[in-house]
Amino acid sequence: MRNFIRFIIKYHFAILFFIIEVVALLLVINYNAYQRSSFLSSSNSMSGGLFKRYSAGAEYLMLREINDDLARENAYLRSRLPESFRASRDYFNLVYDSLSQQEYLYRTARVINNSTDRRFNYITLNKGRAHGIEPEMGVISDKGAVGIVKNVSENYSTVISIINTRLKISAKLKDSGFFGSLEWAGDSYQHVYLHDIPRHANVSVGDLVVTSGYSSIFPDGIYLGYVENVDLEKGASFYSIKVKLSVDFKKLAFVEVIGHSIRNEQLTLEKETEDD
Amino acid sequence: MISHLPRYLFNFIFFTLIQVLVLNNIQLSGYVNPYLYIIFIITLPFETPGWLLLLLGFSSGMVIDIFSNTPGMHASATVFMSFLRPYVLRIFAPRDDYQPGTIPTMGYYGAAWFLRYAILLIFAHHLFLFFVEVFSITHFFSTFLRIITSTFFTLVLILIAQLFSKGKKQGR
Repeated sequence: MRNFIRFIIKYHFAILFFIIEVVALLLVINYNAYQRSSFLSSSNSMSGGLFKRYSAGAEYLMLREINDDLARENAYLRSRLPESFRASRDYFNLVYDSLSQQEYLYRTARVINNSTDRRFNYITLNKGRAHGIEPEMGVISDKGAVGIVKNVSENYSTVISIINTRLKISAKLKDSGFFGSLEWAGDSYQHVYLHDIPRHANVSVGDLVVTSGYSSIFPDGIYLGYVENVDLEKGASFYSIKVKLSVDFKKLAFVEVIGHSIRNEQLTLEKETEDD
Repeated sequence: MISHLPRYLFNFIFFTLIQVLVLNNIQLSGYVNPYLYIIFIITLPFETPGWLLLLLGFSSGMVIDIFSNTPGMHASATVFMSFLRPYVLRIFAPRDDYQPGTIPTMGYYGAAWFLRYAILLIFAHHLFLFFVEVFSITHFFSTFLRIITSTFFTLVLILIAQLFSKGKKQGR
């Protein structure tokens, strides 16, 4: 016993190092479990509060651009008002049926922390459970899709951004309708890759890429970017398509969180079908 | 030892804030991520006991982790660096050993000594950090390039920070 204690005292430095390092590496490996507890992520109130104050300052410097963007979006929305369409007797009237529900709900939120230089990039928003945000909701900006909500605390939420190697998004080519999965390669924050487009599809540079709507996280047709480079290796059955993202993740300030009111119904139905 | 306390407490908070609010937002061509906060571990006094060194390494890394959503990554790298520190110090010890009451900075032991000492520790930290981050060796060369360039920029920042604290000492 005395030898054992002497051994521990003699090598306490190495033993302690070993224990702490194992703890730290366990944290890394159990990363997702710890993310869920959201205590160690930036949606906890201490770091969230600090980032909020910081982003208030940083935002002030970007006001000009944000104003431009908002003005543009206002103009767009105004153009969609009933008043801006010419009424014509020749068309059928739309009947608002009280049985049909609104399918997607939009909530605005502010980006209070954002990163673009890591392999796993996350965004923190200033709204949380108290404002009706839930995990797995889609997040878009006025320029296109941004990411998917991961964790939610009372007043903050974290979002996995599209430029995170852990995220795959179901996307399709707007013109031809072929769909595949969109994935970030981890290099440039402006480019992602579209996989699984078969070689008989017609793809050309400049084609628009939009969300497919299959995942029921994003509505159909949210803008993602355009095809910048098409590559077809000899003998490969799928294209390798480089997509330029429409959203500039370096300039993100205001986003909209999309709630899908009848998503659970779709998921339950799909699950039932799979189980049969 | 106790007299150092306020100074290191300030260092800890100051460099953590610089790291989280300024440096984490800097990105040059996707290859460079300077990590200045490790200067806190590098400049701890010689007499710091081993267990305290490891615990401080863990906590300073963990604070950065909490702010950048990467539980454990910085903590493990900083603990690894803290573990190596006594051995690196022993390798570079001057002939008449370190003087009591001094700390491992450029002001006390000169630029050449500090450069060798700091490069080794920064490189060890970045090596560990970036490989834990990618968690594979498939991107070995691009990761290695990131390690080299980031080591260089962290070193430059640490030298600049050292120049400031050195100036203060001469003024006294």
